[in-house]
Amino acid sequence: MSKVLIVADHLNGQLNSAVARCVSAAKAIDGASVDIVVLASHAAPIAAEAASIAGVDKVIAISDAAFGALIAQTVAPVVAGLADGYTHVFGPSSSFGKDVMPCIAALLDVEQVSDLMSVESATRFTRPIYAGNAIIVVEAPAGRVVVATIRAASWAAAAAGGRASIESVTASVAASTHSHVLDLQQGKSDRPDLQAASRVVSGGRALGSAENFAVVYALADKLGAAVGASRAAVDAGYVPSDLQVGQTGKIISPELYIACGISGAIQHITGIKDAGTIVAINKDADAPIFEVADFGLVADLFQVLPELTNAL
Amino acid sequence: MKILVGYKRVVDYNVRIQVKPDGTGVVTDGVKLSANPFDEIALEEALRLREKGVATEVVVATLAPADAQAHLRNGLAMGANRAIHVVTDQAISPLTAAKALLKLIEKEQPDLVLLGKQAIDDDANQTAQMLATLWGRPQATFASHVEIADGHATVVREVDAGLETLKVQLPAVISVDLRLNEPRFIKLPDIMKAKSKPMETLPFADLGVSVSAGLQTLSYTPPAKRAKGVMVKDVAELVSALKAKGLL
Repeated sequence: MSKVLIVADHLNGQLNSAVARCVSAAKAIDGASVDIVVLASHAAPIAAEAASIAGVDKVIAISDAAFGALIAQTVAPVVAGLADGYTHVFGPSSSFGKDVMPCIAALLDVEQVSDLMSVESATRFTRPIYAGNAIIVVEAPAGRVVVATIRAASWAAAAAGGRASIESVTASVAASTHSHVLDLQQGKSDRPDLQAASRVVSGGRALGSAENFAVVYALADKLGAAVGASRAAVDAGYVPSDLQVGQTGKIISPELYIACGISGAIQHITGIKDAGTIVAINKDADAPIFEVADFGLVADLFQVLPELTNAL
Repeated sequence: MKILVGYKRVVDYNVRIQVKPDGTGVVTDGVKLSANPFDEIALEEALRLREKGVATEVVVATLAPADAQAHLRNGLAMGANRAIHVVTDQAISPLTAAKALLKLIEKEQPDLVLLGKQAIDDDANQTAQMLATLWGRPQATFASHVEIADGHATVVREVDAGLETLKVQLPAVISVDLRLNEPRFIKLPDIMKAKSKPMETLPFADLGVSVSAGLQTLSYTPPAKRAKGVMVKDVAELVSALKAKGLL
């Protein structure tokens, strides 16, 4: 009988939607029960959100001032301490999950399954390597806890409508003496979240400047889409780094992905190849992006993006 | 201050990887090998800290087969003072790498360990975090800016929400992101100079690290291919195609 503990990712009192995707991954294990642990300065509202995810059995809410910022060296020992009795400890492949889950694995002296894509059995999983150019099946040793990060793009979010019990736990948590978060500069945007959006419009180097990105924003707003970017566009300073899509940025799976002026390097393709439909608009008919695009249009994006925006 | 830099050798990032037809691995024979791009950025940052007078010594370390000496020479040519080559023919998992690096830390007593945020072959993104945990020291992952002063590192981290500034006490482990810096090119005279720089080789077995009976890789498959798409001639055709699929 598998028992899965999911470590909740949250920000500004809100649960990250990737947690509901972790629940789906956990439920893919035959007969698994699923608990979520919320560590926060005020865990109650986040725990309530977690409890409403269908399929969750119990939410463990730990409120402590030490969790005002989620420092890996503060979070990991608490989760590792709870792991006894669980067969799996999952976390999302978000920047929080990637930061903290390997610390938990190290404390439990087990290898971590990074970016878990599918569940073949309670100990057998698939994950991507080489920027998604190979998929491997890995087998975790029997009788050891499995620590994994869950690749959000591979899993649909579990539905709402759950009524899990919430258990408030007090833990003696020592605040970090060696790590302090001084500042968080959040990209301010009214647009949908890149990782949760069903539609994404992305721009690349061909946009040429930050100002020119306006044509991408205009199309995105018309579609109610999130905005993404290639590494080239981020490096050139056209958009902030949290919009980067690809191997080292965000890996997304929207229903519709529109790539504008993006050539389609391996590292970018790996971030989008689970998208439902990919549209590529590029001047260069030989751009590799057309190899993965469902619909391709060879054209000048400054001409066709406004045209497309007006046509909607 | 001494900085230890992890410097892994991987299949070059431009190579289009092929899965072997029998599913036992990926084709690596005759394929170009290079330094992991993130590790080059880590090394570059260490060298800049030395140039600023913050660090006095930069040591590059790798866990790799015997033929990885040329790889380490590249690190020395870039500017590292010394190299440590832990020789092993086995594939090393992140947990084992972290345990091995901890042994090097015990020996070298660095004030800072700089690692890439992930290796582009296994895409694990684990070693730095595991090392910090086993060492009992703070970590600052996904760094895009690093300042060292008064025994602390102030690190700007690339997180999902934006940029986080984290201050950690040294010694610490920092894993670097792409935008931290632009690594320098190696010049010919530096290659000549690197030949006389010290390189220590030690067999993996001498570290006394137990290789964990960890994850076993059972098979490799190429990713599912997307069905061939169609080219449309103009915006009107694109819009009607997307409408036909129910996407608009």
